[in-house]
Amino acid sequence: MSTIPAAHDTAHGHHDEGSYLTPRGPFLSTVVAWATTIDHKKIGVMYLVAVLTMFFLGGVAAMAVRAELWTPNRYVEQVQPDGTTQSVLQGDLLGKLFKADGLGAANNIYNRVFTLHGAIMVFMVIVPGVPASLGNFFLPIMLGAKDVAFPRLNLLSWYIYVTGSIFAVLSIILGGVDTGWTFYTPYSSTHAAGHWNVVFMILGAFILGFSSILTGLNFIVTTHKLRCPGMGWFDMPLFIWAIYSTSIIAVLATPVIGITLLLLIFERLFHVGIFDPAMGGDPVLFQHFFWFYSHPVVYVMILPGMGIISELIAVHCRKPIFGYRAVAFASLGIAAVSFIVWGHHMFASMGELASAVFSFLTFLVAIPTAVKVFNWIATLYKGSIAINTPMLYAMSFLFLFSIGGLTGLPLGALATDLHLHDSYFVVAHFHYVMMGGTIIAFVGGLHHWWPKMFGRMYNEKWAMLGCALVFIGFNVTFFTQFFLGTQGMPRRYASYVDEFQFLHQVSTVGSWFLLLGFLVHLGTFIHSLVAGPKAPPNPWGGLTLEWETESPPIEHNFHHEPILKHGPYDYDTTVPPHYDPADYPLDTTTPPHDSGH
Amino acid sequence: MTSIPTHHDHQPSPGDASAPGWKRYVAASHFRSAADEFDACKLGFWLFLATEVLLFAGLFCAYAIFRMMYPEAFAAGSHSLDVKWGGLNTVVLLISSYTVASSIRCAQLDKRFWLHVNLIITLVCAAAFVVIKFTFEYGPKWAEGKRPGVLFDYPYWSHPQEPIWWSVYYCATGIHALHVVIGACLLAWCLYRSVRHKAYGPTHYTMLENSGLYWHLVDLIWIFLFPLLYLIH
Repeated sequence: MSTIPAAHDTAHGHHDEGSYLTPRGPFLSTVVAWATTIDHKKIGVMYLVAVLTMFFLGGVAAMAVRAELWTPNRYVEQVQPDGTTQSVLQGDLLGKLFKADGLGAANNIYNRVFTLHGAIMVFMVIVPGVPASLGNFFLPIMLGAKDVAFPRLNLLSWYIYVTGSIFAVLSIILGGVDTGWTFYTPYSSTHAAGHWNVVFMILGAFILGFSSILTGLNFIVTTHKLRCPGMGWFDMPLFIWAIYSTSIIAVLATPVIGITLLLLIFERLFHVGIFDPAMGGDPVLFQHFFWFYSHPVVYVMILPGMGIISELIAVHCRKPIFGYRAVAFASLGIAAVSFIVWGHHMFASMGELASAVFSFLTFLVAIPTAVKVFNWIATLYKGSIAINTPMLYAMSFLFLFSIGGLTGLPLGALATDLHLHDSYFVVAHFHYVMMGGTIIAFVGGLHHWWPKMFGRMYNEKWAMLGCALVFIGFNVTFFTQFFLGTQGMPRRYASYVDEFQFLHQVSTVGSWFLLLGFLVHLGTFIHSLVAGPKAPPNPWGGLTLEWETESPPIEHNFHHEPILKHGPYDYDTTVPPHYDPADYPLDTTTPPHDSGH
Repeated sequence: MTSIPTHHDHQPSPGDASAPGWKRYVAASHFRSAADEFDACKLGFWLFLATEVLLFAGLFCAYAIFRMMYPEAFAAGSHSLDVKWGGLNTVVLLISSYTVASSIRCAQLDKRFWLHVNLIITLVCAAAFVVIKFTFEYGPKWAEGKRPGVLFDYPYWSHPQEPIWWSVYYCATGIHALHVVIGACLLAWCLYRSVRHKAYGPTHYTMLENSGLYWHLVDLIWIFLFPLLYLIH
């Protein structure tokens, strides 16, 4: 076994100079080298760029949605100079921008913009976001491997992702779709505006599914087969457990949306009638198929975020994670339960018994989720908590995700759901989970691993300011929507009664803070790349394998195949590698683990 | 394009270009051994096969629901299928499954001639399946107006929901036929690699084995489709 590193050392010894980022040749050949690379780190960075680009597009749509909702779309009687009254359309900000004619057309533009926001954020940002970028970069390194099991397939996944995204963008350029990101039939198959727009958007989502499947398959095999010597299943970092569970869901659920979207395309193009009630087809069948995928995929979105939080909390409070096995099995538990709760999206179209069963099963998800949250809090207890950007994000996650999770319960209960479903309460709930959970964890993880990925430190003060702005902006934007929902504001409307205007305007102001926060982060990251101080190999004093290699890692990840000698969170017994306490001043007055054991 | 060598590039053992491909094969360097690579590839492929099963699961689910909703339409539609052609195609696929399994065994025993014979028989069977499907099944039925959804134009229908039956029939068998073509392409690629590079032998036959697994899956799905579609009473 020791002969293998020796063999590549002699064959490619010259590559041990410099990191994976070091350009090897003139500009053009460097570009070609990136475009044809099978190095998981470069593919991870390429995914990061692609995902952040789509996040920007989806974010622009979100800002447009909030701006439109500043005032309701409606006709107002105005007295003209000649004394007559005339109906004038007011509040149609997007309608005026795109020169829509009349209220219906203006509302239609709003429908397209929120569909755009939803489809991009779900299919192109949150689903692939963490696993494809941070997962691709860190899963092999944290396992002590040189690469993922199938490097070429990994590159193919990226190209499939880009192809799917191009179809979606093409659909937007053609005028977009107004179906909502769920593409419910029969609206999507017969009435929705723009024949090819709908086909391209669905085709884009269909193609993106292959990217998810191939990435998930790659990660499962990598986790099974490429763990370094000494690393058993329970020596893996919890981020790996989360990515592994995510991959299982992605592999088992995505094919079902594949066939569903394929049938929907047939329905749209050839009117095969399977989902068309006019021909004896069943539109609710589409909803069952759709949510059989899309509910498990909610956990594809959140589990990697939870994995990141496990890393952030353990590393930045310097304490073994509380209940390692419980957190690991909770990931698998969430993955298992995720497949039997899809019916709670269709309470209205099922019988009472089926609804009650799905409601009960939905509550089951709360158990492994709460296990994780309590374990994280128990880890913080008596830890040496460092207040830095990753830790602030981890704490934001705990706060926001708890709100998101707990507000899911009234939606899972039949009686309260009757009142709350399809209202802004739902919008607020899933934004607290998807954005307050996944995106917050993603940005936190990005700050945690940024020095490792790009070899540069960022300005901690500006990053913390960005985090504060995001946290405040997020709560102002979405907490108000819980009130709007309970008061009866339905989702997906461009207009509303006057009573809702104040809360809508507060929410819109919040979205500006959110935007500002992300711009501060963007500036911090660009500044870090251009002028940031060089990052040490282990700035935070972490114990997982990625901190044993250089920042940024060399092309083969490690100079020699690592042999694992300690668990991922053994802070009680292990001195972190390459660690300079000056990088990470600890509170030395009270030894962290002298009591309570 | 300037090719930049990476640690993934294979390093053929020097000075032995005349040796068959399978003897010269070196596992990718991020695996500890060729056996590890083989296991990883098989695990990955079985996972992929699971996704294929789940893809068809959606179709089988749609079939079950519509058969429950419209049993008469399904019985009427099924009666206008020709069991003889369906049965013949079943036999064709069963033979091809045997030959593809034999071809893998031949690779393990280093019998290259019989490996090629078996693969060629498999490919002929694949072609026969597609030809039978299109010329004797799809063709005449399409011409009679037995088409999916709004395209349905058969004047002697006995149940108003027959178009749904034809939608399910064409979607299920069409997507299956696409898989037959993909499987045949994989096996043709294996044949080419074996003829040209002597790529498969006792110590290395990953691609052939996985393509064979894919072919068995295609076969297996037909084994379910055939009774469900052709043998309804």
